[in-house]
Formats: sequence, C-alpha cells, structure tokens
Amino acid sequence: MGSISLSHVNKSFGDVQVIPDISLEINDGEFVVFVGPSGCGKSTLLRLIAGLEDTTSGHIRLDGQDVTDAPPARRGLAMVFQSYALYPHMSVRDNIAFPLKMAKTPQAEIDRKVDYAARTLNLASYLDRKPRALSGGQRQRVAIGRAIVREPKAFLFDEPLSNLDAALRVNMRLEITELHQQLKTTMIYVTHDQVEAMTMADRIVVLNAGNVEQFGSPLDLYRKPANRFVAGFIGSPRMNFIDGAEAGKHDAHSIGVRPEHIRLSTSEGAWQGVVNVSEQLGSDTFLHVQTDFGLLTVRTDGDQTFTHGDKVWLTPDPNRIYKFDAAGQAI
Amino acid sequence: MARRVPTSTRIGFTILAWAIALLLFSPILWTILTAFKTEAEAIAAPPTFLPETFTLENFGAVQDRSDYIKHATNSIIVSFGSTLLGLVIAIPAAWSMAFAPTKRTKDILMWMLSTKMMPAVGVLIPIYLIFRDLRLLDTLHGLTLIMTLINLPIIIWMLYTYFKEIPVDILEAARMDGAELWNEITHVLVPMAIPGIASTLLLNVILAWNEAFWTITLTSGRAGTLTAFISSFSSPQGLFLAKLSAASLLAIAPILLLGWFSQKQLVRGLTFGAVK
Repeated sequence: MGSISLSHVNKSFGDVQVIPDISLEINDGEFVVFVGPSGCGKSTLLRLIAGLEDTTSGHIRLDGQDVTDAPPARRGLAMVFQSYALYPHMSVRDNIAFPLKMAKTPQAEIDRKVDYAARTLNLASYLDRKPRALSGGQRQRVAIGRAIVREPKAFLFDEPLSNLDAALRVNMRLEITELHQQLKTTMIYVTHDQVEAMTMADRIVVLNAGNVEQFGSPLDLYRKPANRFVAGFIGSPRMNFIDGAEAGKHDAHSIGVRPEHIRLSTSEGAWQGVVNVSEQLGSDTFLHVQTDFGLLTVRTDGDQTFTHGDKVWLTPDPNRIYKFDAAGQAI
Repeated sequence: MARRVPTSTRIGFTILAWAIALLLFSPILWTILTAFKTEAEAIAAPPTFLPETFTLENFGAVQDRSDYIKHATNSIIVSFGSTLLGLVIAIPAAWSMAFAPTKRTKDILMWMLSTKMMPAVGVLIPIYLIFRDLRLLDTLHGLTLIMTLINLPIIIWMLYTYFKEIPVDILEAARMDGAELWNEITHVLVPMAIPGIASTLLLNVILAWNEAFWTITLTSGRAGTLTAFISSFSSPQGLFLAKLSAASLLAIAPILLLGWFSQKQLVRGLTFGAVK
C-alpha cells in the first residue's frame, strides 16, 4: 500500500515561504509527476514527503498514518536522486544491499533480492564494480536497484534523468514506466521536463511558485488547462498567446492557440503573417510566423518548404481556442 | 598550459629553495651531529662539524639517567590517546556543523578557533589548580585529557572542512535507505572521509607529540613524555650538550619517521578539496 495525503502543507526557509499551502491526495499505485519551472518548489515538496525537510505546518499521511514528524528512515519510502547518490566506497552489490542491511535482513535473503534486482536491471555483470567504474545510465540503474530491493511503500524520483544524454533519457523513461507497470507501486516523480511528465504520469501536478496550478491527467491538462500558466507549460512547442483587440473578439482578456491547432495556407485565412524562422525536424516543421500580434508558432507537416520572408495565412481551429480572463484563469 | 619559466630563473629559485630548506634543517642537522660527539667536543671552540671521535655513549647515558623507553611509551599513549579521543568527540561535532548547521554554527567554529589564539600560559593557573584538586597532576589520563581539549578545535575544524566536501545527497540517500544516525556516520560518512580523518589523526599525533608547555608543567616523573624528557637534559651548566642532543634526537626520531612515511597522506589531506 502507498497512498500519500498532504493537507495544508507549508514550508518556509526562514522568512522565505517556499510552499504556502498545498493539499494533495495521491492514490495507491499511482504514478504522479510534479512538474514546474525551476524554483517552483517541486523538489522541496518531494523532500517534505521523503522527510528530508521538516514541514513548517500541515500534515503528511502515508496510508492514513501521520508521518509528518517521522524521520526519513522510518517512512518506508525509497528515493532516487538526480546525482544518483551512490555510496562511492561500496561495490554495486553493497550499494543495492545497503537498505536491506539497514533493515537487518538475513544474508541469504539479501543475496536473493540483490541478484533478482541486478537481473531485472541488467546489472548482473557489474555487481563487483565500484560506482565510479560505471556509466551514467548504469549508475542510475544501481540507484533504482537500491530503491526497489526494499519494497518501499512509494518511490520518490528527484529529476533522475537530467544528468543523462538525450537518447539514454528516452530509454530510462521507458524503463521507469515499465517498472511502474510491473511493480504497481506508488511513484512520485519530479521533473521540469513536460515531455517526461506527459509521457510517464497517470496524473500531473503542475506547480508554480509553491502553488498547485492544476492536478489532473496529462490529457486533461492538455485539453482543459485551468489557467494560462498550465496552458503555456504543457504542450510542446508551447501555446501561442494573443492579447488585446484580437482576444477581445472572443470576449477574453487573452486567447491561446496551440501550434498544432493552426491551419496554414498560402492564399487565405484569418491572420496574415510572414515566415521568420522555419525549423524542419523531418516529421514536423515548426514555423515561427511574424503577425500583427507578435510571433506565432505553427506546427505543420515535415514536407513544408517555407523559408524566411514567405507570406502565409494562419487560421486557428475555432474549437481549440483557449480563452483567459485578466487574472489568467480559463474562461 | 604550463607557464614558461626561463631556465636561469628556475635555477635561481631552485638554489634559493635549497638554501632556505638547509637553513631550516640546520638546527636538526646540528643536533644529529652533536649527539654523536663527546661532551668535550660538543662545546669545543671553534666547533667541529663532523664528530672527530664518533661515540654512542650519549645514548646509553641518556637511557641510564632518565629512562627513554618510559617517556617514549608515555608520549605514544598521550599523543595517540588524545587524538583518538578527540576524533570520537569531533566526528559527531563536525557532522552536525557540516550537515545540520544552525545560525550559530559559524560563530561556534570561530569561537573554538579563538581559544587557540589565547596564550596557553593565560589559563595555566586555573588548569593547574583544577588538575591538583582532581588529582590529575602527573597522570597519563590527565595529560591525555588536556591534550584532547587543546587539539579539539583543530580536529573539529579539519574534519568540518573535509565533511563539507562530501555531497549531502549521499547522506540523505543513506537516510532514505533506512540508516539511523549512527549507521549514517559509521557506514557512509566515515568511510568516505577516511583520507581526511587519516591526515587529521596524523597532524594531531604530531602536535600532541611535540607539545611541551603542558607536559612539562603538569607532569614530573611518572607521566612525563619525551618533551619533558628533553627538558630534563637542558642544564644551565651547558656541560650536557651532547646528551641533550642525543635525547632530542631520540625524542624526535619516531615522529620524524612517521611524518616522513606519511607525508603524501598529509599533503593530500591538508590540500583536500582545494582542487576537485
């Protein structure tokens, strides 16, 4: 079991309030991603759940039990750090076995569990190496191995992939998702990368300045962003925002249109513009078009061959125009 | 890229460095040479450089007169004992200052250091009286205790500096892995800080070994260390110069050898963290 409940959690460092007041319910077995720009408090929130930081006020419950004041060692959670945080003086085997040793598990059982974890994570041939003799991806696997052997109530991941190169990151992303499907244990995953958030999460918590902007499934956030911040943060390339008179036509303070919801034409359309930069990815082309209300990004198919200076017409899909009031809330 | 230095400059600096090194070493060299001279030759004017009559007599005389072995044993007990005791106190102290600092931590560190700025003689009378009343005068445990207290600020400072270099993530990982404080320190922190702890140990053994002020004032016959042993040979008549040299040589030889064999470790430890 591993349901996690936060009620009115507040965290301040001295006079600086990092998390004003957060309440969240995370269900057992759920994969929840905390996402937000750097400094939004997502790592702090994770560390509060882990017990590595003291909660200033509010309560954290694990399976209904109040653990607000329990030290990390007593919470039964496992954490994977951005820096991997392996014990440099121990072999891979001893690293993975460490939590079991701390739990005074019998040696035979330690051996069995370490071997099983090593096989699952393709580490069997590295067990006697020291961490410094491993690549980044292997180190990350050891860190995950160390987390899974103790069968925790929940896994906490603190930006675990940000030190890996792009190709490896995609691989590890899949591996972690598979691991979740296999173990069905609650996972909380912190990232600033909205692609990781969208692809891995059952539900996403979008954080901004220590506040929860929205908590919902990836597609909910994409289709029904609660406010301008979420609309801009979720989706890649990010949503185009238009203020002023054009927004007024839709009875809104500002409107937003995603790059993939704009139709492109050379002859007719709602807005006229001139191509500024064309980014060809092969599968898609991103056009950055200068219009009367600023630079708009348009996503179009990979065969487009527009170049700088071409005149184009843009037409937003009328059903996919997001409207926001002056406070940035979705209308 | 290495900076280009003209050969003449390099030769000049090499000669200068050797000259300074020899100048600094000359008293030790003179002590070594004098230890093998007869008393008469030791005070001869003009002095001889190498002993004319090479003799080991002084060493035998020194052992006969005031038991070198006993003093050396006392030195070993006090210097290692005080350092080990210091480490036991300092490791948890440095842990808390490095990994759980409060607003006052910096002040406490500075305050500890400031105690080393005070001349020892300033607290001679109170400490002497306390030692007298607690019957610690001329005892090995009393001397070990005062030596621990004297060197504790340095031990804590050194360990604090090394501990600051250890990524806190790794200690947090240990906490998440279910390690209570004791296991976090013994299984993770200490093994990772071994180079730093080793050089702290070495430096403090050397400091305690060479300490003279407190050993001479707080001991007499029973608990005297090698520094007290040397001082017992300095007589105003100046007739025991060769014996004094022999005693000094015997006293500094063990620590000189220890320092010689561990200089790599010492330098590594003292510059630990200067270059990552």
